[in-house]
Amino acid sequence: MNPFNLFFQFADSFAFIVLSAVGLAVIFGMMGVINLGHGEFIMIGAYGTTLVANAGAPLVAAMIVGVIVTAVFGFLVERTIVSGAAINWVAERTLGRSVIEPLYDRLLDSMVATWAIGLILTQGVRIVFGNSIPQLNTPLGSIQYGGFSYSVYRLVLSLVAVCVLVGLYAVFTHTKFGVRARATIQDPETARSLGVNTDEMYTTTFVIGSALAGLTGALYAPSLTVVPSMGTSFLVEAFVAVVVGGPSVLFGTTLSGGLLGAINALFTNLYGTFFGQIAMLLTAILVIRLLSNGLTGLVETVRDRKVGE
Amino acid sequence: MEENAHSLGEVEKKTVNTVETDQKSRNNVRQLDPSSRNRREFLAASAAAAGTVLAGCSGSTSGILGGSSDDEAVTLGILEDRSGNFALNGTPKYNASMLAVEEFNEEGGILDKEIETFTPDPQSDNSRYQELTRQAIQRENVDALWAGYSSATRETIRPIVDRNEQLYFYTTQYEGGVCDQYTFCMGATARQQLGSVFPYMVEEFGSNVYTIAADYNFGQLSADWVRVLADETDANIMDEEFIPLSVTDFGSTINNIQETDPDFVMALLVGQNHTSFWNQRTSAGLDIPMGTSTVMAQGYQHQRLDPPAMADVYGGFNYMQEIPTDRNQSFRERYYEKFPDADYINEEAVNNYFSIKMYAEAAEAVGSTDQADIIEELESGVNVSAPEGDISLQGSIHHMTHNMRVFRCDEEHNITVEAQEMIPEQFLSETVGADLTEKDETTQYVPANFYEEANTTQ
Repeated sequence: MNPFNLFFQFADSFAFIVLSAVGLAVIFGMMGVINLGHGEFIMIGAYGTTLVANAGAPLVAAMIVGVIVTAVFGFLVERTIVSGAAINWVAERTLGRSVIEPLYDRLLDSMVATWAIGLILTQGVRIVFGNSIPQLNTPLGSIQYGGFSYSVYRLVLSLVAVCVLVGLYAVFTHTKFGVRARATIQDPETARSLGVNTDEMYTTTFVIGSALAGLTGALYAPSLTVVPSMGTSFLVEAFVAVVVGGPSVLFGTTLSGGLLGAINALFTNLYGTFFGQIAMLLTAILVIRLLSNGLTGLVETVRDRKVGE
Repeated sequence: MEENAHSLGEVEKKTVNTVETDQKSRNNVRQLDPSSRNRREFLAASAAAAGTVLAGCSGSTSGILGGSSDDEAVTLGILEDRSGNFALNGTPKYNASMLAVEEFNEEGGILDKEIETFTPDPQSDNSRYQELTRQAIQRENVDALWAGYSSATRETIRPIVDRNEQLYFYTTQYEGGVCDQYTFCMGATARQQLGSVFPYMVEEFGSNVYTIAADYNFGQLSADWVRVLADETDANIMDEEFIPLSVTDFGSTINNIQETDPDFVMALLVGQNHTSFWNQRTSAGLDIPMGTSTVMAQGYQHQRLDPPAMADVYGGFNYMQEIPTDRNQSFRERYYEKFPDADYINEEAVNNYFSIKMYAEAAEAVGSTDQADIIEELESGVNVSAPEGDISLQGSIHHMTHNMRVFRCDEEHNITVEAQEMIPEQFLSETVGADLTEKDETTQYVPANFYEEANTTQ
């Protein structure tokens, strides 16, 4: 076993899990909305990036456009479907009452609604752009070591994944917005009475989650096949990571990215991709079965016990 | 998505069951609780009404609703995916079928009758395929049926086809071995495709081979065939890796290939996720030549991916739209004239096209659309002029002798023909010794039962 191979495969796998999950984790953790259309949000980011880059824009600029497009799309979905505020605004002026109950903390309802959004997006993109669009090349070439080589771009992605996690941690712990957002999710009534515009907090959080999904799509557009159904390939990793991570979303995503990425890389390296996937899913089953609050739940228990002593 | 669609199908079935249970329980309840009688009667009536509607959908009332078009027109059932997972592959199949039908209708149809088509979109969903196949046979009374991209779809609908003794054309290149008196397999089999490209690769690059294959029925059987062919050409399979269809990340696979350092790789990858392999392989600097039977001719990766992702990939196929013959040029022009926005003409599309033509010629020869007569005519072994060249049907085993070519994709993604050979389907005719004109059967044979090399459990 070549240690460089193992390390690079781990970095690659860690990046994929973290970037797949982080947008979902923010929306789920902060709003109690399970976005089953998450994969399709990623697909929108990838389409935005690929289409703009194909039109001649530099790759980084195209990626920024991809993120913005997904964020704007997320904003529209939040206003019309998740909170229904835009529709209620119209209804209150025409019917004199609101017609839509927000999907916050309605797990099953939010799943059905966002799954439907995902289906519409997949087929909608297929109808508008066809079954396939011209694909991008992976930039940055490869590094050589011994008889092996690895795509530099895939390794850059793991650095980006770490930066995203650090950046989000800073936003949610060290900014006024972060404090308000966390107050909103912990106790919306009290937050409102203290002057927090909770409605705005929800919208902003959803837009951030959508932008992160868009970023994932933008980053993977040059390395994966951009097709209407590509979202499904992110969804499994995303859900497994969030569930294994547990209630503290950012820390949890980091931990599960680390654990699942390591397991996946190790078993893939030893026995091939098939056993890598099996080992990763078995680990997820074990964690869910033995630690009902996920990895962060375990960390909290250990911490509480120490404090207790 | 596909799984989701399946579970929806199950919900539908459950609803039907509930309706039935309601009907049964109604009789018991009625005597006990007369007050609820009206409501229950209403329920029962709705249940009966729903039952009728469902029966209409599944087509069990064919005698009343269908069958009127028999004398005025020839009806062809063409079930090809235009949405869902297989839309990319299914759309050209649908297009080429429509082109064939239009060309015949301009010349006066088949037997001087206009060709009508039954072409709903099965949406890459196997339960929908079953429903539509029943509808096509029982309600639309199709004279011949073309249906399905994946082998899983074919195996889902083949029992329905056999039970109804329906003439059926399956046109995808596939793992081989289907020996069915009602089914005609128009695509090249794995043995034909690999049998064209594998010996060429051994000749050109050396005899040490690494196989990567999609981890499901088709990929496993194709890898079996690579082993059989390696034995026949004295090549050495250094290692093989089976990759789940959900995998999108090939870093470790690329490292494993580099560690083994073969003369060439046989890449039997399938589906959109696996398409990511090519870009990742090239950006990782893996420049070992690769042979394949699955990419380019079906999903036109050489046109969708930016060069040089597919550089030095060699494929054994019966058709790619780049074939430089006049006949193919003229076919291409007709296709793109009818479908100016179409992306690519894949191998399967051409199989649909020539098999509709072959069917029409057989119908003209027997002077009717009687399915048993046409099957008999086809089994006598017919020739057909296809865009790939003049080819013939091996009547006794319902497969084609194809004009197989080895195609090469260069760094600029130009396609060139490197070798060409007529290859018959030999597995059923020679190894199994099947003969559908002598013995009626509806089996699928697998290489593992006939070759030691293919039997991995030994």
